[in-house]
Amino acid sequence: MRLTPDEQAMLRGERGEAVRDALAYQIRVGEFFGAERFVPVTNAHMMGDIEVMGDGGFAYLCATRAKRARCTIPTTTNARCVDFEFAARFDQDEAEVDKERRLIDALREMNVLTTDTCINYQTLYQPHLGEHVAWGDTGTVIYANSVFGARTNFESGPAALAAALTGRTPEYGYHLPQHRRGTLVVRLEAALGDLADWGAVGKIVGEKHQSYYAVPVFTGVERVPLADELKHLGCSLASYGSMAMFHMVGVTPEAPSLAAALGGNAPADEIVIDDAAIERVYAGYALTDRSANLVVFSGPQLSLLEMKALSERFAGRTVHPGTQVFVTTSNGVKSAARRLGVLQSLDAAGVVVLEGVCFYILQNLSQMRVRNGWTNLISNSAKIVNIIGAHRFNTILRRTADCVEIACSGRLR
Amino acid sequence: MTAPLATIRVTRAFGPAVEGEAVVSAEGFSPRYDLDRWSGLITKPGHKLEGTSLRDRICFFPTAKGGIAAGWAFYDIKHKGIAPRAFVFGVTNPVMVQGAVFAEIAITEGWDRSPAELIRTGDWVRVDPGRRVVELVRRA
Repeated sequence: MRLTPDEQAMLRGERGEAVRDALAYQIRVGEFFGAERFVPVTNAHMMGDIEVMGDGGFAYLCATRAKRARCTIPTTTNARCVDFEFAARFDQDEAEVDKERRLIDALREMNVLTTDTCINYQTLYQPHLGEHVAWGDTGTVIYANSVFGARTNFESGPAALAAALTGRTPEYGYHLPQHRRGTLVVRLEAALGDLADWGAVGKIVGEKHQSYYAVPVFTGVERVPLADELKHLGCSLASYGSMAMFHMVGVTPEAPSLAAALGGNAPADEIVIDDAAIERVYAGYALTDRSANLVVFSGPQLSLLEMKALSERFAGRTVHPGTQVFVTTSNGVKSAARRLGVLQSLDAAGVVVLEGVCFYILQNLSQMRVRNGWTNLISNSAKIVNIIGAHRFNTILRRTADCVEIACSGRLR
Repeated sequence: MTAPLATIRVTRAFGPAVEGEAVVSAEGFSPRYDLDRWSGLITKPGHKLEGTSLRDRICFFPTAKGGIAAGWAFYDIKHKGIAPRAFVFGVTNPVMVQGAVFAEIAITEGWDRSPAELIRTGDWVRVDPGRRVVELVRRA
């Protein structure tokens, strides 16, 4: 890689040991991908919690802090594994919860804003067209690339932290225009009336074209898709397909036309998604065990508008005895929901709202599953239905209204 | 060094040269979605390798799945002593690379011949990132 004088100084250790080590690590990653240089980034968003990091990662973080590491650009954190208000109720491991507290302290000492949200793009920072950032989780990345036209690769925790320390990232993948062109075309002919329908689209496209470098171009969108709908689509594409970008003709900024979105590429595939295709997704889940004692709205965290809509669906109803319903969101959204009375409606229905976490990374989740006798996990999020498998849930995607009905009746449908 | 029975050339590679027993998967991989990070076993119900241990193996996966959390996961499983010796991907994503580089586990991407045609689970293979090759050393 070609290094600027500034970067050469970093590599000599003139900005401290932590910056030197971070840049050396970034060079190794950049060289793998054939990056020729670094690009400055304005914002970093990192995943870092004890469940994903483990003791090894935590020790690394403490060692980095001891080198007086300090983030040089605004740096925020993704959803984590403990909502401290619920740690005891969930019987989460006290030692791990304590580590999580110390881990948060360590991050703050390094100038990280521990915002603990995976919807930073809805609540914290909206980069503009062409702006380079270093973000993870995958849902944040695909939203940044696709909806904002900003530029980022999937940046894992160590990589986003390195970018936060050096203020730059190797220029490969989605920082380069040639990777941002559409590679396949998807014609949407389905009604797509629910968030879960958008997630189902992501599942169909993502499973068929599992590749980081696949960029679907959606056509046929006849109404203005809402931010939460694009969020569920993006999270699902990223989850099933490991995809980091999509275009939507007439909607996203790099797709004024199909030709512009493809940028000269011949599409590798042309898919049509109609209502029947969406229904096949819902019909594809095994219902052998009829238990309906766990309904989850999480992964991604809910926006304030999603929270409000959900509270209206639960209004005047109560969660079936023996069924548990969880929502996850950010501290900011939960605080606003409380002020606006939205939280109280959900609470009255028996819905538990967690903040700063994602359900699938909750510390001790496998043990919680066994203790609560959960087998089926029902959700309107195609992403969480996909990613929680290692905890041995049988997952079922359902539309939001069906999730609410299942939650209140205790009967799977 | 014995002459290899077959050689696959890879496009990109990082890490030390390693040898080990192959695990060849027809399905993509995520250390978060598929792997129990305490036992090193693939535990996702229905995964084609469900029940298989990846510890000390050379893992062949056509694709990567998901997920940012994988970046810490490789370091975590290495710290626990249950990490594979190498990952050989057809197509991977940056998280797998960032994670493997961070954990100093060998990783390659891209191949000139599909491993599924040449290598079976249990075969002994060598991954040499410096020469950008994967070699079949002996059959199981």
